[in-house]
Amino acid sequence: MLFEQITKNKRKTVGLFLVFFFFVGLVGAALGYFMWRSASMGLLIAIVLGLIYGVYVFSQSTDIVMQMNHAQEVSGPAEAPELWHVVEDMALVAQVPMPRVFIIDDPSPNAFATGNNPNQAAVAATRGILETLNRNELEGVMAHEMTHVRNYDIRVQTLAVALTSLISLLANFGTNFMFWGSGSRRDDDNNATNIVGVVVSLLVLVLAPMVATMVQLAISRNREFLADAGAVELTRNPQALIQALQKISQSQPMEEENVAPSSAGLYISNPLSAENMNKLFATHPPVEDRIAALGKM
Amino acid sequence: MWIFLGIIVVLVIIYVVIYNGLVAARMHTQEAWSQIDVQLKRRNDLIPNLLETVKGYAKYEQSTLQKVVGLRNQLMTVSDDDPQAKMEISNQLSNSLKSIFALSEAYPDLKANQQYQQLMEELTNTENKIAYSRQLFNTTTANYNSKLQMFPTSIVANLSHFKPAVFLETPEAEKSVPKVSFDD
Repeated sequence: MLFEQITKNKRKTVGLFLVFFFFVGLVGAALGYFMWRSASMGLLIAIVLGLIYGVYVFSQSTDIVMQMNHAQEVSGPAEAPELWHVVEDMALVAQVPMPRVFIIDDPSPNAFATGNNPNQAAVAATRGILETLNRNELEGVMAHEMTHVRNYDIRVQTLAVALTSLISLLANFGTNFMFWGSGSRRDDDNNATNIVGVVVSLLVLVLAPMVATMVQLAISRNREFLADAGAVELTRNPQALIQALQKISQSQPMEEENVAPSSAGLYISNPLSAENMNKLFATHPPVEDRIAALGKM
Repeated sequence: MWIFLGIIVVLVIIYVVIYNGLVAARMHTQEAWSQIDVQLKRRNDLIPNLLETVKGYAKYEQSTLQKVVGLRNQLMTVSDDDPQAKMEISNQLSNSLKSIFALSEAYPDLKANQQYQQLMEELTNTENKIAYSRQLFNTTTANYNSKLQMFPTSIVANLSHFKPAVFLETPEAEKSVPKVSFDD
């Protein structure tokens, strides 16, 4: 079951990479057409940029994600004894190496894990989670994160986060450009095919980030149930995780400056306000559903 | 003739591979045990500090303190080859330590003592690590024991006299109630 999951996740990483590259290419082509009336030029630039960015992210993902979420590294057990020891315990039972530990200075309780593989993993917890949860509840949360680490979920999710950010970046660039730079080639705008081209590329620029986000979120939603189940396998204490999820879901969302929207899916529970959100755009399954699933264990 | 020889070579290779697998699985149970043992030793090292700190505050709790000392010394005399006996005493020691942790409720000064708080975290950490490494030990033991019984590994196991490992029992208290935490 576990190994099945790991191979599945490794395969998924490749598939995901291809899907996202297709999107990056599409956005690039649209951007190129929009700016220079040359889709192939845009495509080329986007692919090259994407490759460089992809390699860079893959080698540096932990630091990038931690920086995006204003997380500070904890250097040893003396700095945050309880958190450090709990992470150590969960790494022990999950049989993964001790990950790097980070703290986010935010009063809202939350946590996430990231990294390329279990040897280069990192977990982050907010100051709020350390203050709100007792030790058993914190164990439940960290066991959930260790399951993400052990199953290679972190690789899939981190890659998805990075590529979604890239697509948003390119698309943002394109839509901003529309306001002040699109006048350069006004002379051939009356050509009907050009107008269709402009409209199509605009549509791509607007829709691609949304679709990419939806794909990323669908991936992260499915993993939460599995990680909850894995956490209980480690701690043998479903009740503590239920309490932790309740406490987390009942508290204030995190401060927006501390959460990069593209990494919201990494957290154990949606760090931004979860209400009045369309189900397709939800980063996490409803907490009630997760608690119900845990209650049956 | 060559076919016969080939079959023998293949059988020998299979035997060696299975044998090595069994040795590795047995090694994992031993590693898991040594993880527990490390934590038991660590706890034994922490206890004198704890008693030193508590002594000044809780003068009237001599019997509790002495019980802990007694169990600690007893634990040190048990041979390393007898995990069952070691864990038996360790479980009793865990229980006595819980009553020392509970003391802090009656002695607010003790509870406020910085050194005591640090020791509490260290001991809680050690207690939890003992519990979790025991869980890991039992997982690796289950894995090893099931290998001993599964075909065709069972044949190699019987021929080479591999013996099943014994599970470490989880104390009754921990089975019924979720693990106690000392920090609230």
